[in-house]
Amino acid sequence: MAHVHGQELPASTAENMEAFFNGLWNQNPVFVQVLGMCPTLAVTNSVRNALAMGLATTFVLVCSNTLISMVRKLVPKQVRIATYILIIATFVTIVDYLIKAISIPVYKALGAFIALIVVNCIILGRAEAYASKNPVGKSMLDGLGMGLGFAFALTCLGGVREILGAGSFLGIHLFGANFQPWVLFLLPPGGFLTLAAWLLIFSSWKARPRKKAEALEEIAA
Amino acid sequence: MNVPAPTPEIQLRTSPHFHTSRSVSMIMRNVVYALLPICAFSVWLFGISALASLAAGAASCVLTEYVACRMAGRPASVGDFSAVITGLLLALTLPPGFPLWMTAVGGVIAVGLGKMLFGGLGFNVFNPALVGRAFLQAAFPIAITTYTPAMAVNRFVEFIPATLTLPFTRPPELAEWIQRVRVDAFSSATPLMMQKFDHVTTEVLPLFLGKVAGSAGETSAGLILLCGAYLIVRKFMDWRIPAAMLSSAFLVGAAFHLAAPAQYPNPLFVLFSGGLMLGAMFMATDMVASPVTPLGVWIYGALMGLITVVIRFLGGLPEGVMYAILLGNAVSPMIDNLTQPRIYGARKKEKAKA
Repeated sequence: MAHVHGQELPASTAENMEAFFNGLWNQNPVFVQVLGMCPTLAVTNSVRNALAMGLATTFVLVCSNTLISMVRKLVPKQVRIATYILIIATFVTIVDYLIKAISIPVYKALGAFIALIVVNCIILGRAEAYASKNPVGKSMLDGLGMGLGFAFALTCLGGVREILGAGSFLGIHLFGANFQPWVLFLLPPGGFLTLAAWLLIFSSWKARPRKKAEALEEIAA
Repeated sequence: MNVPAPTPEIQLRTSPHFHTSRSVSMIMRNVVYALLPICAFSVWLFGISALASLAAGAASCVLTEYVACRMAGRPASVGDFSAVITGLLLALTLPPGFPLWMTAVGGVIAVGLGKMLFGGLGFNVFNPALVGRAFLQAAFPIAITTYTPAMAVNRFVEFIPATLTLPFTRPPELAEWIQRVRVDAFSSATPLMMQKFDHVTTEVLPLFLGKVAGSAGETSAGLILLCGAYLIVRKFMDWRIPAAMLSSAFLVGAAFHLAAPAQYPNPLFVLFSGGLMLGAMFMATDMVASPVTPLGVWIYGALMGLITVVIRFLGGLPEGVMYAILLGNAVSPMIDNLTQPRIYGARKKEKAKA
């Protein structure tokens, strides 16, 4: 963040890119921060539900981050959380009606979890940790990155669970009629197992360059 | 200053000074010996399908352990026979015609998820074989409740059709095949299913001898008792666990039977049917996942017997041994904590300070 006597300079492209990719990959809300577990486990039994939840959250996150960043200097510190919640709830209501208008089956599948986006800790977390301290442009990009990172993670989970649990991807059957579905993956334990497997893969991937560096250091020493 | 200390003439050590010659691999090898008659009997009863299932279970477990050790950069612990036991126990608790690819999945889950992820032998919270079976039960609920009759004709030359199902495909319908190979008086329903759904109680003698339908290794209560007795006599297993679990199941079963004789079977049926005997002898006694205090072991066994009967009589499933033992495993650290014995010399009410 660049400040000159309290006046902000426009953020550089590199900074903007960092704000965006931070959420998508380095600080992925699910795979790295392990936040928002409730929707992550509950609505990822198919790719369609996962995508819908991911995009709904992205919408709320982008809008709330932008608005909160705009009003950040007007809101007294003591009532900031209440203000954030109010702003977030407004956008969640919009999303709620939008999904109802677009697709009733998706609306029914997501159920209470749409309303529960209000209390998704990723959104309040970004509001408090980022949007309340950063200029509008960067806050929007942060919201977009975090939201798409969340949607990406949910789709990863939903993909595995739908392929193994129903033999299909986005409702398209991938294998013949003889495919044996693994019922477990549509049930809650399947959500936990899939999440654990993805976390394992993701963290071992992230640990790789570090391990390499350690090995090189050992050789040097 | 890397001068090695001179070896002293008199070696000073703290106790214990005497060690038995018992190693992990020796105990495990003896458990395998005790399981072999049960395996042989299941092959005689259900034919080459049971043999293939046992081989698939053992092979997948051993292979998973080997690969997991390699990935963790640890010396391979395959030689201690524990993976073989897990594989055999898993296969023994599955229906004889269970598709081999599913058995292999169960083996991978049992050793990979139930044991190696916790840190290998000695660190597993749950009995690995039952972790694998619980996964299979949740993933493939239909295949795991499809039983075939014992003593089918051609069982030594012909696989049960479901056994050779291609990976990731559904096992075929067995009704026609069962009609063709079934010998009179041998049903494909297990005694527990008959009891639960048709209210037909099987006599105790056939249950004891084991020529009934069921999971591959659970049918003969008598043979399992005998094999378990071998381990108890050689002191490779704590006799209190099966004693507590079986007597608790018997007493709870008797209470139900006395309250409503028409609805609930007699307690001897409870004792000798299903997987209770195999579970009490070979799975509840898992040395790692069971409590260690003398009183705790009784509580642990009694709890598992109670849960088994409650699931059988009041739950939707015909059998509850697997969940009973997994629940028992889950609470065994707590049981250990609650039943710490008095420290020698400490006064009775005084609590030992940690």
